[in-house]
Amino acid sequence: MPIDQKIRELQERRKRILLGGGEKAIRKQKAMGKGTARERIMILLDEGSFSEYDMFVEHEARDFDMDKKSLPSDGVIIGTGTIEGAPIAIYAQDFTVAGGSLGLMHSRKITKIMDHALKMRIPLIGINDSGGARIQEGVNSLAGYGEIFFRNTLSSGVIPQISVILGPCAGGAVYSPALTDFVFVVQNISKMFITGPEVIKTVLGEEISMEDLGGARVHAEITGNAHFYAETEDECFAKIKELVSYIPWNNQRKAKNMEPAEPLDDCKIDNIVPSDPTLPYDVKDVIRSVTDKSEFFEIQRHWAKNMVIGFGRINGSTVGFVANQPLELAGVLDVDSSDKAARFIRYCDAFNIPIITFVDLPGYLPGVDQEHAGVIRHGAKVLYAYSEATVPKITVIIRKAYGGGYIAMGSRHLRADFVFAWPGAEIAVMGPEGAANIIFKKEIMASDDPEATRKAKVEEYKSKFANPYVAAAKGYVDAVIEPCETRRMLIHAIEVSDNKSVFLPQKKHGIPPF
Amino acid sequence: MEKKDKRLEKLNINYSEYTTRLSKKFKNRIPYKPSDKFRLLSFIPGTIIEIMVKEGDRVRKGDEVLVLEAMKMKNRIKSPLNGRVKQVDIKTNEVVPKGKLLIEFKPE
Repeated sequence: MPIDQKIRELQERRKRILLGGGEKAIRKQKAMGKGTARERIMILLDEGSFSEYDMFVEHEARDFDMDKKSLPSDGVIIGTGTIEGAPIAIYAQDFTVAGGSLGLMHSRKITKIMDHALKMRIPLIGINDSGGARIQEGVNSLAGYGEIFFRNTLSSGVIPQISVILGPCAGGAVYSPALTDFVFVVQNISKMFITGPEVIKTVLGEEISMEDLGGARVHAEITGNAHFYAETEDECFAKIKELVSYIPWNNQRKAKNMEPAEPLDDCKIDNIVPSDPTLPYDVKDVIRSVTDKSEFFEIQRHWAKNMVIGFGRINGSTVGFVANQPLELAGVLDVDSSDKAARFIRYCDAFNIPIITFVDLPGYLPGVDQEHAGVIRHGAKVLYAYSEATVPKITVIIRKAYGGGYIAMGSRHLRADFVFAWPGAEIAVMGPEGAANIIFKKEIMASDDPEATRKAKVEEYKSKFANPYVAAAKGYVDAVIEPCETRRMLIHAIEVSDNKSVFLPQKKHGIPPF
Repeated sequence: MEKKDKRLEKLNINYSEYTTRLSKKFKNRIPYKPSDKFRLLSFIPGTIIEIMVKEGDRVRKGDEVLVLEAMKMKNRIKSPLNGRVKQVDIKTNEVVPKGKLLIEFKPE
């Protein structure tokens, strides 16, 4: 056979495979607002950068008439490409082929690209769109999932792992995204749950729709399983690209530096925070007033809103922000906000991203539900994460820093490298009201006018302790600064911490309060 | 600007009143109620497949009073105390949610 004929044969073979599950299945996919697996990859990656591997892989299942079925590429596309020039390994399940079900060869393709990503130390992106295990392949599909989870864990903290849920992702399959760093969901398209509505109804008699059980909104707002929520696939891909621009390729590198830029003029830092510590403001305004171009890439925006986390740039370098949000639940620490902050701190630490903490919190959320939900165990994660982190840690106390919350939020005592406080900072064991009630209990009760005495004592406490100078006098705060000096101090702190090196005792790993 | 925010409410933490937004989760939290040993509640959603007692029956602590099937397990529920059955609040084959009152007891 002449070579040109062989090339034509290859082209024909490719053409057949590129049709995936066929035109009818593709039409059905599109009708749901979904792209095909290859389309999604093309939109996400730089134009012309995608190289596909294992296109000709076929399954070997024989039972249940599977030997008569051909499943192009076995329902998953793998390959490598680039996003804004950064190398990426990627896989995308193809729902048009046997519902994207995961069989032995399907899983081998995924683990092949995962191994490749780890070996080459490049980020991995997984696009999930699958009905679940290919039941005809029995325990082979379970083995496949297990091999994927193992590699997710092995790669954790070495290369960035991003999961994109663009269809169903149910049963055991959900544990791959859950083990990765960032999970993206899209309205009406993403569905994640361990047991579906049918099973729940049969076993427990509870009726619920798929959307209400494990739709995009649920995971973005209620469970915290998702980190980014988008209304369309295109919006989701744009967000992934933005995320990739903030993070390094692997844990041996630093994120790429961008051209430094000033914050926008309209972010006037001096006028954001009310002096009365009980009044709210949006801490994101404070963050935007110190970042380059006033840009802030928020993570888990809809979940545990009393804690704000995300990336920004200071003088061109990526930094991670952790901030109490006085606008939501007064910015308290609670079960969810502790989990949110702790995991992000560990992410930044693993990938050499300095952590900037903005503190303004009244303490922990009181309540039986919180105590019984294990706020001790969850709150401890924040202490653990800050203490363990060896990246540069810079803390700015904006206003209140009371009690255990003060210690937890990146304090000097957990080895923050720099602690700055604004002049309105109140660093104390608790708020003036609570403190005065305890310290002056006898005087207040013995007084002819207890209310007047109480007020006077609150004022006395306020003037003595509700300021940054008691902590500054002990060196717990390095500098009391004007709000407008914050950006300059942050830039300097990051510059001088560039070669930070600390030595921790050798251990296999710690036992964080998971 | 903040003053116009209609979502702002009050939250008291350690005797200080904070003006802030409250989350749905916080507003919907279920107030704690101490458990009442005279009220037997379902510990899991499921189906009542057998009831061994009726109103007025004398029960000893540990007597089996009903069978609640859930997750393919037939859970044989025992009386938590010595006493009498004040009221049976379920029927055989009834599907019950978690925390549903099943049987009320009274002292002998």
